[in-house]
Amino acid sequence: MSVIYLLISISIIIAIGFFIAFIRAVKTGQYDDDYTPSVRMLFDDELKVENPKPKQITEEKQN
Amino acid sequence: MDTQNCFHCGLDIIKVEEIVFDEKKFCCNGCKTVYEIFSLNDLSCYYDFEKSPGATPQDIHGKYDFLDNESISSKLLEFQEDTTAIVSLSIPHIHCSSCIWILENLQRLQKGISSSQVNFPNKKVRITYNPELVSIKTIVYLLSSIGYEPYISLENYETGTANVDRSLTYKLGVAFFCFGNIMLLSFPEYFEVNEYWLDTYKPFFRWLIFVISLPAFFYSANGYYISAYKSIKSGMLNIDIPIALGIIVMFVRSTIDIVFDYGSGFFDSLTGLIFFMLLGKMFQIKTYSFLSFERDFKSYFPIAITRINSDASEESVPVYDIQKGDRLLIRNQELIPVDGILISESASIDYSFVTGEAIPITKKSGDKIFAGGKQIGKVIDMEVLHSVSQSYLTQLWSNDVFQKDVEQKHKNITDTISRYFTPILLLIAFASFAYWIFIDTVTAFNVFTSILIVACPCALALTAPFTMGNVLRILGKQKFYLKNALVIEQLAKVDTIVFDKTGTITTNKKSSISYEGTPLSGENLILVKNLLRASNHPLSRMLYDFLPECKRMKITDFEEITGKGIQATIDGKHLKIGSAFFVEKVEESAVMQTSVHIKIDGVYYGKYIFNNQYREGLDSLFRSLKGDYQIKVLSGDNDGEKTTLENILPKGTELVFNQKPEQKLEFIKKLQDEGKNVMMVGDGLNDAGALAQSNIGISISENVNVFSPACDAILEANEFQKLHYFLKLSKKAMKTIKMSFAISLIYNVVGLSFAITGHLMPLVAAIIMPLSTITIVSFVTVMSNYYAKSLK
Repeated sequence: MSVIYLLISISIIIAIGFFIAFIRAVKTGQYDDDYTPSVRMLFDDELKVENPKPKQITEEKQN
Repeated sequence: MDTQNCFHCGLDIIKVEEIVFDEKKFCCNGCKTVYEIFSLNDLSCYYDFEKSPGATPQDIHGKYDFLDNESISSKLLEFQEDTTAIVSLSIPHIHCSSCIWILENLQRLQKGISSSQVNFPNKKVRITYNPELVSIKTIVYLLSSIGYEPYISLENYETGTANVDRSLTYKLGVAFFCFGNIMLLSFPEYFEVNEYWLDTYKPFFRWLIFVISLPAFFYSANGYYISAYKSIKSGMLNIDIPIALGIIVMFVRSTIDIVFDYGSGFFDSLTGLIFFMLLGKMFQIKTYSFLSFERDFKSYFPIAITRINSDASEESVPVYDIQKGDRLLIRNQELIPVDGILISESASIDYSFVTGEAIPITKKSGDKIFAGGKQIGKVIDMEVLHSVSQSYLTQLWSNDVFQKDVEQKHKNITDTISRYFTPILLLIAFASFAYWIFIDTVTAFNVFTSILIVACPCALALTAPFTMGNVLRILGKQKFYLKNALVIEQLAKVDTIVFDKTGTITTNKKSSISYEGTPLSGENLILVKNLLRASNHPLSRMLYDFLPECKRMKITDFEEITGKGIQATIDGKHLKIGSAFFVEKVEESAVMQTSVHIKIDGVYYGKYIFNNQYREGLDSLFRSLKGDYQIKVLSGDNDGEKTTLENILPKGTELVFNQKPEQKLEFIKKLQDEGKNVMMVGDGLNDAGALAQSNIGISISENVNVFSPACDAILEANEFQKLHYFLKLSKKAMKTIKMSFAISLIYNVVGLSFAITGHLMPLVAAIIMPLSTITIVSFVTVMSNYYAKSLK
């Protein structure tokens, strides 16, 4: 039954891993602005307008 | 494309000025140019996200010359190295997804910008660029040319990088981590099964729980210990004392429990409690980060100004470096930062920041001009009399009220209740301890600690934050932005309301205009309107909007004489529009009123009189407020409008005229000394002192993104008539809080009855704690939403 020590240690280590990820996210300012990224993630397609067929992409967007 | 709105900015197009370009219609050349810039750079997607998202670019020629001055521009930068520099600019126009998109694609409009990032709630853009390739001035000009003019003021001068306080987020994260893991690890204990393997691993689980609880206890909860210590030191019993006491007792008792193997302790409840209370705190802090409630003159004043040196050369200097005796050059639309004497022949100065009065005042050479006025018209010269800090307007900020710590000003409702709660709690704890000590020492200690644990006013502490946080959001949706949750309590206590007149109960957007004199024929009206079109003077603009639409005519020999009027020849007729002096008319009565006189071909016709326009719904607002509140009106103006005001306002309203900013402050102070809870409603900088002195200062703003003096709340001008509703809602919010206090006290009593009799099991604690939290939170949310709807 000593496997429980191992399992719990692993689970705690994983939890701590997520916790560190959270601390990092806060530190880099990801929680400072919770609105703009939600809008920004929808933009990526438009950046391709620079390629040869810009019309098509804009049309697709409007549909 | 069947709309008559501009493709770029969405404003109505005046048929004659319409510009058609690329099959799209524009209202002016500026909008067309922006569209051209975007379409040339394949950025026309800008128009796909949002319909007509743009703004017309303003003329900024020369306005940002000070950015050439290295020492000034470097103050604006967040970071600077040889090839990289970062600047954060505040752009009030940011309002939609198109704005975000275009501002994050700046690098395609300007070489040298490597990236830019928008912070939408703060209305800021952070630009990383290469200073060798592009200067900050070029960036500012680029932004202005596409309609996103940044707002740079003296405030930027001192704060290069503001440090963001993220400690609450950290604490909340830590508490949640501990709470979640401890809950999971506590499950075997909850079921109390006497299986062999569970008994074997009990110590391991318990010690693990103990270790995990440490960060929550020492880090997440430290705000409560500090606050409790401070309040004991200052002799005020606030709610944090029983909280801190409960947390500490809980931790010590639980530790003893597991050390001596008495039981599993209350670590789950402990961390849960910390987590929920921090969550409440987080919920309460709803900040409108694009608004600023702490503004002083610095956010109005320019960062630099043009100085004329003795050798007639011009130079941009930081405002703080201005000395007495310097000569300054003030351009059109620039703010005068210091008191001085006008050297140029004449100037018209708009003191609307200071007094709320939109109509400019004319000054002649040698007149004293005060800081805070905005120069309109030609470039003027002035000589400095006082440096910035000694100017008339800025001196107001040296008054004591601005130094006070706002947090300490009021005692809140939870603290008031805990003044009774804490002693009673301690009394019960010691009484039961005294009772049990004669029966059984161990139980006595158990009971004593249990009481302190169970009575820890978690639900009590959650009530106010959740109610107020919710009401704060409800009010924010209705364009009434509060500085923080405490303001709601203050709103509910108000018994006297003081209104400023100009700009607060009157609107400076509209004026009611009346005409007096020989009636103007239709033809003459067309002439007048056409002449007015050419002038940029606010009175001309107002009168122009007032007169009916008509056809355009060519005007010749147009001349605008600052402070006097305008003249031109149209259709062979010579027109003069302006002051009485300008049309050589002797004014028979010296009534204080703003008027514009008309003279056509040497014949005097009459005058247009501008009256203050009172806000819509003003009399109904006053009528409904009258029953519950004392109303007073302060005005910086003369008493010219006294009779009009007396008709609108309910009988018995006190009217005070000719009030200087300090007198307004004194007036409020006097009322407070009489024991009144005063709410001040004002707008301009001249009310700043009164707003700070009053128990609650509300600033009315036509455009919340731009200017408002330091205050407790900002109300959008259109919502002015809802003021009474907001006051009523705040009272209901307090009622909700009191009701839920009662509910949470019931929980405390139930918990206490377990504790006093010595039956508090960890499981009971683990049930009561989240149950009370959830019921309280849902109760206050439902109630405050219900009140917000039913009061309408």
